[in-house]
Amino acid sequence: MRPLLEVQGLDVCYGDFQALFGISLTVEGGSALALVGANGAGKTTLLRSIAGAQATSSGLIRHEGTDITSAPPYQRVARGIALVPEGRKLFPSLTVEENIKVGASASASDAWPLTRIYDAFPLVARCRKRRASTLSGGEQQAVAIARALASGPSLLLLDEVSLGLAPRIVGELYQILAQLREAGATLVIVEQDLRRAMSACDSLVCLLEGRVALAAAVAEVSIDQVVAAYFGEVRS
Amino acid sequence: MTWVNSVVQGMLLGGQYALIACGLSLAFGVMRIVNLAHGDLAVCGAYLGLVLSSALGVPVWVTLPLLLPAAFAVGVALQWLLFGRALRRGVLAPVLVTFGLSVMIENLLQVGATSDPRGLNGGSLALASFHLGSLVVSWLFMTAFLTACAVLTCLQLALSRTSWGRKVRATADDLDTARLVGIKVQPVFASVAGVAVATAALAGVFIGTIGTFDPLAGTNTLIFAFEAVVIGGIGSLWGTLAGGLALGVTQVVVGQINQDYAVLAVHLLFLAVLTVRPGGLFTSSHAIREIGAQGAAG
Repeated sequence: MRPLLEVQGLDVCYGDFQALFGISLTVEGGSALALVGANGAGKTTLLRSIAGAQATSSGLIRHEGTDITSAPPYQRVARGIALVPEGRKLFPSLTVEENIKVGASASASDAWPLTRIYDAFPLVARCRKRRASTLSGGEQQAVAIARALASGPSLLLLDEVSLGLAPRIVGELYQILAQLREAGATLVIVEQDLRRAMSACDSLVCLLEGRVALAAAVAEVSIDQVVAAYFGEVRS
Repeated sequence: MTWVNSVVQGMLLGGQYALIACGLSLAFGVMRIVNLAHGDLAVCGAYLGLVLSSALGVPVWVTLPLLLPAAFAVGVALQWLLFGRALRRGVLAPVLVTFGLSVMIENLLQVGATSDPRGLNGGSLALASFHLGSLVVSWLFMTAFLTACAVLTCLQLALSRTSWGRKVRATADDLDTARLVGIKVQPVFASVAGVAVATAALAGVFIGTIGTFDPLAGTNTLIFAFEAVVIGGIGSLWGTLAGGLALGVTQVVVGQINQDYAVLAVHLLFLAVLTVRPGGLFTSSHAIREIGAQGAAG
């Protein structure tokens, strides 16, 4: 069976600065991949490249075997790739419900109609009429996930979902992600908290200064190995 | 009674300013483009009305079902061919491109239609009036005012209630994220440009029916529209209406005292608002923050 997502030899440059160097990884359908690394390692750039928000210099991105390297973002959303961006990035002047409806602009499937979203996220249902600019951080993050789900994705890319949130809220968000996995969703999670990332995912890719420093199944690596890769320490 | 009359006439005039300005406001709010050719496009609308109504031998109102879709199409074409490309090349390019378009339109109109002032055939409506208490109100001015209110109301409803409006507002809020969530932003931009040019052309028809116009009238039209937008607060349609009304009332009331100072007073009002409340009188704090952030980033 073809993997859901394949990235091969991906280079990304911002002007003269090269952010990613020959990144390759695969994500199998139904699995969860943790993408870890220090600030500036290229995690967000990689997710944005997969979502189509960042132009790539060379390399390939395949979704279900189809080359999508130069496809515009709306085509990728329609194929079932949705990004929950770093910093939530809700539309501040729209209400919560409008934000979610906008998320369904280029739907891949109608697996997540409004009613199902509200059933799964009571928190979101409660604030559906409020403007996004009036929400707390946890509410915003839940709405950002709901907006991404509205497009009925098969591959959900989550960038720093726990950043700036209270630990209790983070726990609730990860419960939601676990439910999504049970429902068959494939996840790529960027997370600063190594332990949480490793407990939520099957495999792990650690980036260091734009290169893959470590790629392994979570069951096969120790946290010490990941920490070593994270800081670029030479292992004996 | 003279003063009441001035205020009423001023409000009716202000409706016209708001009608010209709403397209400018919308295009800036969504695409972050200040279209310096907006006034000239309004004047083009008046000339197109002149050509159509002379050719068909009917009052200009009858030609609107032809004129407005044509203007919408021109807006869409301008967005695809010019504005969209200019927007991808930084902040300065759209200013230069729309300024160039403005100069081109004015010169082409002078070549094609001479510099003679023209007027449009408004039919019987142009001469009709009615009594409001002891005031005499021109039906033409009243129609222009009511049309402006209707257009602004329809636009506001379309923006707040329809799926198109949601996409427009989302794109205005955050272009990058709008793309990311799957909105096709090019059609959104094209439709907004179409609406902007169509409303400008409609305003041009009223300008040409109420007074006269010539190939260079666009610049003055643009200044009033721009002032209405800034006074009302950038990106707010109701603010634009209020801004237009403030301009119109100021112009007519000051004109009541001394006609020489009427237009100067309008520009002074603009200057005063810009000094005291640079974000405009009716801008939400969010919009001001955003403008501030852009200023800081730029």
